[in-house]
Amino acid sequence: MTESFAEQPWLTLLTFAPLVGAFCIMLRRMIAKTDETGAIVEKEQAQVDNVAKWVALAFTVGAFLVSLGVYALYDPSVGGYQLVEQRGWIGGGVNYKMGVDGISILFVLLTTFIMPICILASWDSIKSRVADYMIAFLVLETLMIGVFCALDLFLFYVFFEGSLIPMFLIIGVWGSKGVKEFAGVSMPSKVYAALKFFLYTLLGSLLLLIAMAWMYQETGTTDIPTLQQYEFGVGAQKWLWFAFFASFAVKMPMWPVHTWLPDAHVQAPTAGSVVLAAILLKMGGYGFLRFSLPMFPDASIFFSPLVFALSIIAIIYTSLVALAQEDMKKLIAYSSVAHMGFVTMGIFTGTKQGIEGGLFQMLSHGFISGALFLCVGVVYDRMHTREIEAYGGLVHRMPLYAFLFLFFTMGNVGLPGTSGFVGEILSMTGAFKVNSWIAFFAAFGVILSAAYALRLYRQVMFGQITKDALQTIPDVDTRELVMLGVLMAFALYLGVNPGPALSVFSPSVDLLMNNMGSALGGGA
Amino acid sequence: MGIFESLSYALPELALAIGAMALLTIGVFLGDAHARQISYGSVGLLIVALVLTVAGPSSQSASLFDSAFQVDAFATFCKVIIFAAAAIAILMSQSFIKTENGGRFEYPVLIVLAAFGMALMVSASDLISLYMGVEMQSLALYILAAYNRDSRRSTEAGLKYFVLGALSSCLLLYGASLIYGFSGSTSFEDIARVAAAEDQNVGLVIGLVFLISGLAFKVSAAPFHMWTPDVYEGAPTPVTAFFAAAPKLAGMALFARALMAAFPGVLLDWQPVIAIIAVASMAVGAFSAIAQTNIKRLMAYSSIGHMGYALVGLAAGTVQGVTSVLIYMAIYIAMTIGAFACILMMRRRGGMTEGIEDLAGLTKTNMPLAVILTALLFSLAGVPPLAGFFGKWYVFLAAVEADLIWLAVIGVLASAVSAFYYLRIVWYMWFDEPAHAFERDAAPSIRFAAWGSAVLMFPVLTIFIGSLRRVAETAAASLF
Repeated sequence: MTESFAEQPWLTLLTFAPLVGAFCIMLRRMIAKTDETGAIVEKEQAQVDNVAKWVALAFTVGAFLVSLGVYALYDPSVGGYQLVEQRGWIGGGVNYKMGVDGISILFVLLTTFIMPICILASWDSIKSRVADYMIAFLVLETLMIGVFCALDLFLFYVFFEGSLIPMFLIIGVWGSKGVKEFAGVSMPSKVYAALKFFLYTLLGSLLLLIAMAWMYQETGTTDIPTLQQYEFGVGAQKWLWFAFFASFAVKMPMWPVHTWLPDAHVQAPTAGSVVLAAILLKMGGYGFLRFSLPMFPDASIFFSPLVFALSIIAIIYTSLVALAQEDMKKLIAYSSVAHMGFVTMGIFTGTKQGIEGGLFQMLSHGFISGALFLCVGVVYDRMHTREIEAYGGLVHRMPLYAFLFLFFTMGNVGLPGTSGFVGEILSMTGAFKVNSWIAFFAAFGVILSAAYALRLYRQVMFGQITKDALQTIPDVDTRELVMLGVLMAFALYLGVNPGPALSVFSPSVDLLMNNMGSALGGGA
Repeated sequence: MGIFESLSYALPELALAIGAMALLTIGVFLGDAHARQISYGSVGLLIVALVLTVAGPSSQSASLFDSAFQVDAFATFCKVIIFAAAAIAILMSQSFIKTENGGRFEYPVLIVLAAFGMALMVSASDLISLYMGVEMQSLALYILAAYNRDSRRSTEAGLKYFVLGALSSCLLLYGASLIYGFSGSTSFEDIARVAAAEDQNVGLVIGLVFLISGLAFKVSAAPFHMWTPDVYEGAPTPVTAFFAAAPKLAGMALFARALMAAFPGVLLDWQPVIAIIAVASMAVGAFSAIAQTNIKRLMAYSSIGHMGYALVGLAAGTVQGVTSVLIYMAIYIAMTIGAFACILMMRRRGGMTEGIEDLAGLTKTNMPLAVILTALLFSLAGVPPLAGFFGKWYVFLAAVEADLIWLAVIGVLASAVSAFYYLRIVWYMWFDEPAHAFERDAAPSIRFAAWGSAVLMFPVLTIFIGSLRRVAETAAASLF
């Protein structure tokens, strides 16, 4: 009984459940009456919006429950791929193959956990085209879960690239207002951000496509476990590594290809920023762990100084840039780049601590940066500005908010007791083993992150209320409190007790390092 | 093989030729008032030809008429798509036929005749039958381009197409005569023998380059693409919808057969030529489309770019290469028909609009149309999970397998650039404030074509791409 129960296509169900939700909303939207201009009649509009919200919430929560079920079926003591399902797809060694291991299962959980929060965060703040918005988010969720579950490189690519479409629309349609001058053309800045996001990521991924084609003609398959065992020649590895790197470095994003991120974050609606920071960026780090390290171990070692250099620059330079920001979202966006620097540094140390640190940092960043964007969203919904200058003295009017914000600020800084600390200390330990100078420079990042995070906190929260508009600003309501409280609980739990999460990673990371070690001839 | 047995293999073509003549005669008696009936007759004729292609004796392989006419899986694959695309093009023209300018019975018959020419093209395995097919198709297309004879733009398009087309036919003929002179035969089989035997037959290669130039014109590959934007823009939109689809496949199929059947021995001589044409087409398609404001012109440049991608597959010169070309063209035709169905729905108070800005805010005024067009545009841009991506994948895969990695890299760079102008349309539709709404009374056939094409792009082809690949592989294998 249990055998057959576990063998059901759970991951397929989990992946495509949100898509079913999107389809339901689409149907409701299509049967609504429209007037002659094509808009839904006013009477039904509210009803359609309501249905969309509740369906979206139901399906994201449902997906979360299913993912918990998947987690229950998953045996964390074994490192290999589990819950594997395979079906013929386009033939010739390219199959529809899904499965999870210790590295991906937590990202799946992170995704399904963040999504209901995103829907809640948009509950009141999205007023136009609610149904379309919810459809976009549900489609995005399907694609994101698919990225983490795919065990076929080609399938992975389809999900990975496909996720650009809904995100492009989310930024472009529900982004904030403003005009941007670019190359002599003035366009809405949200459009600029959406285009930049799309084209940057597309260009990076297309090189991955070529690499994938080459690997396929070499091995005759795109099956990830097979490719991980395959030993590519050292010369070929370097090219392949570089192509994969181009794609994942943009997604991550690493300096100097990070410039799309601040634009995208600033323009995206709150929930869009949350998804971007908490999940989409993690696809880059996940890609490094799933492909670059196990498939091209020689090249990974060969190029690791480059990655270290870029990571250090990211950590120090973007932290300094963050110090100079006047827009709250932009500041957090740059701090994300800096934190992702720790991740890449940790991963490419090739040590157990480093890799686990990188993984942990990604998880923790998912909660903390997501929460920080939500915090910005809270005041943005009230004041409709993200300028740091426009605030000050909020602690007097919003004590609860000040408390929550303080916690996440501290998490961002990496205060012991929060999850941010564990990730940073582990990846720095890993770096220390390889080269103490790397760890030395990375430590600057910790100091700088305290500088910009505390500066933000001081300017927004402390001092006297000088702006009239702030005199009546209400504190967080129940919905916001629930969202932020849940995130806080997780960040705190992971910080105080990182053991369970690490023990889920650990067997898979061991396996990864064994594979790398044997590929390198027992070295590493 | 006796003459009657031979003819039985050519039943679809015979049906088209005789049927077209019959319809023409009937049309003369009934007059323009019955243009609709004639158009239904034409569609019926194409369906009969399609059924005969799949089910008749022509579904087997045979070499007819002194090996001038080849019936094989490759030809069958192409003919099925060509006949279907032609039939859909006629159906999509229903409302055009109702209008004064289009309401003449010759219109559907001309499309049938063009389809007949295309069927000859994909089966041609001799320089003479090749030329006959090309001219049969082109002459019908010249008239169609100028069909709106009261419109200056349409007349100009037809004339331009005719003059440049005649020039390209000259190139083609000149190349054919050189090839004949240096090989002593017009049959592909004999040419292949000569080309493989002698180590440096310069005259043959020069002839081949002329032949390639002529064929490149027919598929509107750069640098022989000049006519495309003007003809696309000037011709009546239903005609453009037809132009953009079936003739491209016929040209590409002819290209593939000529190169693979007649010149496999000099692969290294023609591979760089095709590769350069492919690069030029991709670049022209990617960069020139950026500045366009007319959606038909934009589609013209887009089709030039797409021919470039298909030629990447052809440049590989392998079974996989031809397979990828067939997959690419099949998907391209489905996308193009859908995109033009959407363009045909861009009507305001009876008049057609063609400006890209007219699509502004379409998601607010006409969500279904916007969703369809968005899916098609992302598919044209080659973004997964839409079918256009799979076409690109097979093409680039074939190039990589043939050690043409540089070509594949240029291909992906071009597709990143071209993504921009497709995204620009998406941007207008989704992000901008609405312009005036379009009329919502599109003919059912147009709606059906648009929906069908969008559903093919996702999810049908996404899931069943394997089946298409298998069919295309069988078809391609029959060439070698």
